[in-house]
Amino acid sequence: MKEYFVKYMLMAFALSSLFFLFLIFIFILFEGLPLFHKAGLKHIILGSKWAPTKGSFGIFPMIISSFLVTFGALIIGGPMGLSCAIYLSEYSGKRMKMFLKPALELLAGIPSVVYGFLGVVYIVPLVRDYFGGPGFSLLSTSLILGVMILPTVISISFDALMSVPKTYREGSLAMGATKWQTIYKVVVPSAKSGILASFILGMGRAIGETMAVIMVAGNALRTPLSILDPLRTLTSNIALELAYASGDHRLGLFSTGVVLLIIIMILNYIANFGIKKGS
Amino acid sequence: MRIKPRIVDVFVRISLNLQAFFTVGILAVIVAIIFIKGSPYINLEFIISSPQDMGRHGGIFSTIVGTILLVLLSIFLATPLGVGTAIFLTEYTKESVFTKVIRFGVESLAGIPSILFGLFGFIFFVTKLKMGWSLLAGVLTTTIMILPTIIRTSEEAIKAVPRSLRIVSYSLSATKWETVKKVVLPSAAPGILTGVMLSVGRAVGETAAIIFTMGSSLRMPLSLMDSGRTMAVHFYILAREGISMENAYATALILVLSILSINILAYYIMNRVISKFS
Repeated sequence: MKEYFVKYMLMAFALSSLFFLFLIFIFILFEGLPLFHKAGLKHIILGSKWAPTKGSFGIFPMIISSFLVTFGALIIGGPMGLSCAIYLSEYSGKRMKMFLKPALELLAGIPSVVYGFLGVVYIVPLVRDYFGGPGFSLLSTSLILGVMILPTVISISFDALMSVPKTYREGSLAMGATKWQTIYKVVVPSAKSGILASFILGMGRAIGETMAVIMVAGNALRTPLSILDPLRTLTSNIALELAYASGDHRLGLFSTGVVLLIIIMILNYIANFGIKKGS
Repeated sequence: MRIKPRIVDVFVRISLNLQAFFTVGILAVIVAIIFIKGSPYINLEFIISSPQDMGRHGGIFSTIVGTILLVLLSIFLATPLGVGTAIFLTEYTKESVFTKVIRFGVESLAGIPSILFGLFGFIFFVTKLKMGWSLLAGVLTTTIMILPTIIRTSEEAIKAVPRSLRIVSYSLSATKWETVKKVVLPSAAPGILTGVMLSVGRAVGETAAIIFTMGSSLRMPLSLMDSGRTMAVHFYILAREGISMENAYATALILVLSILSINILAYYIMNRVISKFS
């Protein structure tokens, strides 16, 4: 009797995650979709004017900006993260690994507001002085996000590299290949899908990041034309205006959320597929 | 000209070495800056007095209380839910479509960015359930947000418990639940604790999900229905609105130190567990 009770209670617990996910979808879609119907999908997705109190709900520049900062972050964080992962899995000794791995994971613990704040105080002036423009820019945002995605890229690439069988390496080395030849011709190609997954999860992290981006991106309502232009992402649009928005304006923010949710779900799906294929 | 592979090898080794240490250097620089800029303004007074004049003067006591209340209550709700889920997935089912669907739910939940949790909490808890900006709305939102971390780490911890322990327990005619309660959970406890502590770290540093659910009132939250402000939200407002750089740095220092010490402790426990089982 008790055993049965416990089993069904645990099942209910397990179903709670699914239930929460369902609730999140329902409520964000429920609030966000009516405006797509009212203002038109094309008006929202492709419109370039965001003036929600005057009936313009175009978020095209924000979609572009979100992708731009995400690719920027990937250009900076991707190669560096992969290098660190290769170093950790192929080069570092056991002791070094024991020190480096936790240290790199601690980077993930620094709150995003702290990254944003340090970005405003150090990176923004640096970009302004050396490259010109207002400093609050695509470049500054990409730099900050590039560092923020490092822990994700490193830990998942590292797992992928570690799961490559030792025999592959030994075979290559036995054929007279150098260590680096072995790594880039044998190890990295074998871990390809896991490494790709780490990049995609990094992108997911970057595109969903909010507080750090608000602080360094400048939040201008146009499509950035150079890496020194300020921009506003989907996430910042929600966070900047949610506290005071009402009526259609609030619905517009939920529509922004719907677009973000769809992009995130696609990225996660691809990444999980990559991880499963790798293992 | 072709460069000899052996020379390339040396260059690669040096370059990877530098990049790894550069990355650790970033962490060191961040902590050093916060420490150097923040430590002059930290004293007992700053910790035990509440903010005055929007945080321009006074300390951060009410935000420390807000943070502790939010985190403890969220952990209190999320731990049984998360550990229960992990037990169900590892002990009570075989891999099937059903477990795949649950895992898909957990993974998707883990990938949702905090601003969407904020958006959801704002419309569901704050608006529809009429909780208003309150500690309760913040706690419920945070609970959902940290749930995937607790589930994943608990699952790993439970899987790491050797099968032989379970078999011995069954052979002594213990039931499944008795085995889980008396054998599996005690052995998995340190691993589960690690997950809980990593979640605490995440909740302490969170801003986007909390600011729209718990609000940002500077008054001390005395009931579940009161709005309140966590340290991270306080720091965000101080920094973004340029209220006080001194207090911003000081708050950041306390924030970063508490998160780092929680995480370091979590990794320490995890390492002890790994060396115990391997």
